[in-house]
Amino acid sequence: MSESLAARIPDGAFLALPPDYSFVAMDVVRALVRRKAKNLRLLGVPILGMGADLLIGAGCVAEVETSAVSLGEAGLAPRFTEAAEKGLIQVKDATCPAIHAALQAAEKGVPYMPLSGVLGSDLVKERKDWRVESGLLIVPALRPDVALFHARWADEAGNVWVGRRRELATAAHAAHSTLVTYEEKRKGDMLEDELLAPGVISSIYVTAAAAAPRGAWPLAMPGVYGVDDAHIALYAKAAKTQAGFSRYLDEWVHTPRKSFSPA
Amino acid sequence: MGTYAKEELLACVIARLLDGARHAAIGASSPIPASGAFLHQQKDATFRVSLQQRRAANPFTEGSRELFDLAGQGRIDVFFLGGAQIDGEGAINLVRADGKRFPGSFGSAYMYPVVPRTILFREEHSRRTLVPRVEFVSARGTPAALLTGMALFAWQKDKRRFRLDSVHPGNTPAGVREQTGFDYDVAADCAETAPPSTQELEMLRTKVRAGIAENYPEFAARVWKDRG
Repeated sequence: MSESLAARIPDGAFLALPPDYSFVAMDVVRALVRRKAKNLRLLGVPILGMGADLLIGAGCVAEVETSAVSLGEAGLAPRFTEAAEKGLIQVKDATCPAIHAALQAAEKGVPYMPLSGVLGSDLVKERKDWRVESGLLIVPALRPDVALFHARWADEAGNVWVGRRRELATAAHAAHSTLVTYEEKRKGDMLEDELLAPGVISSIYVTAAAAAPRGAWPLAMPGVYGVDDAHIALYAKAAKTQAGFSRYLDEWVHTPRKSFSPA
Repeated sequence: MGTYAKEELLACVIARLLDGARHAAIGASSPIPASGAFLHQQKDATFRVSLQQRRAANPFTEGSRELFDLAGQGRIDVFFLGGAQIDGEGAINLVRADGKRFPGSFGSAYMYPVVPRTILFREEHSRRTLVPRVEFVSARGTPAALLTGMALFAWQKDKRRFRLDSVHPGNTPAGVREQTGFDYDVAADCAETAPPSTQELEMLRTKVRAGIAENYPEFAARVWKDRG
């Protein structure tokens, strides 16, 4: 099923991905590696982690626009770090609220959004698409081709539930299309449930959804499973070299049976 | 008092810097600032701590932008920032130096000038990390203090210059000078950093430890496995 979503992400797509703490569709990321996606332009909403590092190491990425790429407590994202140092990918550095503001501009259908702070940063010099007006930073709208994430539930009406992870809603509102994997399918329509409705992204925005139980693994789906810290540490160590990374892909990405279950 | 970990000393220094604060936000990968903030919370129950990446019961319901929106409104008065490089003017670099790539600026470019009390924290104290001028300015602002694994510096607003206020046990002012790449003043009453009190260690090893272990399991295991 994740394969069918990966097939909908064309080479060269501007692809919005969430941070490691916010429901990454890791199973689709692995499917993108298997289908040898090329020249993806990743957008961190607002930062990136292990999913992006896998795609970069596997040669699927031409450019990243993000506020950071990191494995959190497990340290630097090794494939990103090496690719950036060797100039194998383009990096458009940003800062978190600038990416949020740019996506909010897109969801409102306006061309740009003002933001305070930031002016003392060299980011302003480096980002030729940003400008300063009346003491405010002006960032142009960001409209991803695809927003991709995992959800706790989908329902029969085509809605998905992401709870408090509202950056996923912003990304879905801003993107041309939104692809979602989910843990479980619920009967009926979640919008009819007063308690569930506030965490729902309505079917208006959802282009396609596919079941992927444990689809965020080794990252978390809070309330269902936590982060597999041991696996992230294993990845961080393996991916320090390209050879170790290739062995990791052989074992955990090209062998789908293992990809669904914890280490 | 007994022995203590260096991380416990640093958490105590941070807690002491939070006197009078209402609300601290903690960004990515900051177990020591989080420990210091939780410790201060043990002394001041009205003090709020919001962990941006809290794994369970995350405080933000509008996604990760809510942190920045809160800061923009002045609802957050303390934030912590580190840097691959920090310079004598308080600028930080999280992007690149000496041909090496670092994770990136995160929210620093925004938070540093917007939050009134920004505490700079970098455990490694060396000429590699504390430099005369950063290679890339991720963020610039007015720091409240700079805390490292060796010493605590205050920021002198009028001079825009750091001032060495205390040196952690086991270090000397001369040793700090030797390891610091930028110039700074020294306080007339510069002394040794006060070690953790028995009460502070007790709080760190019980309530603080529990909150930290949920979010920084490796850190908690490393610092507290054989203590308390």
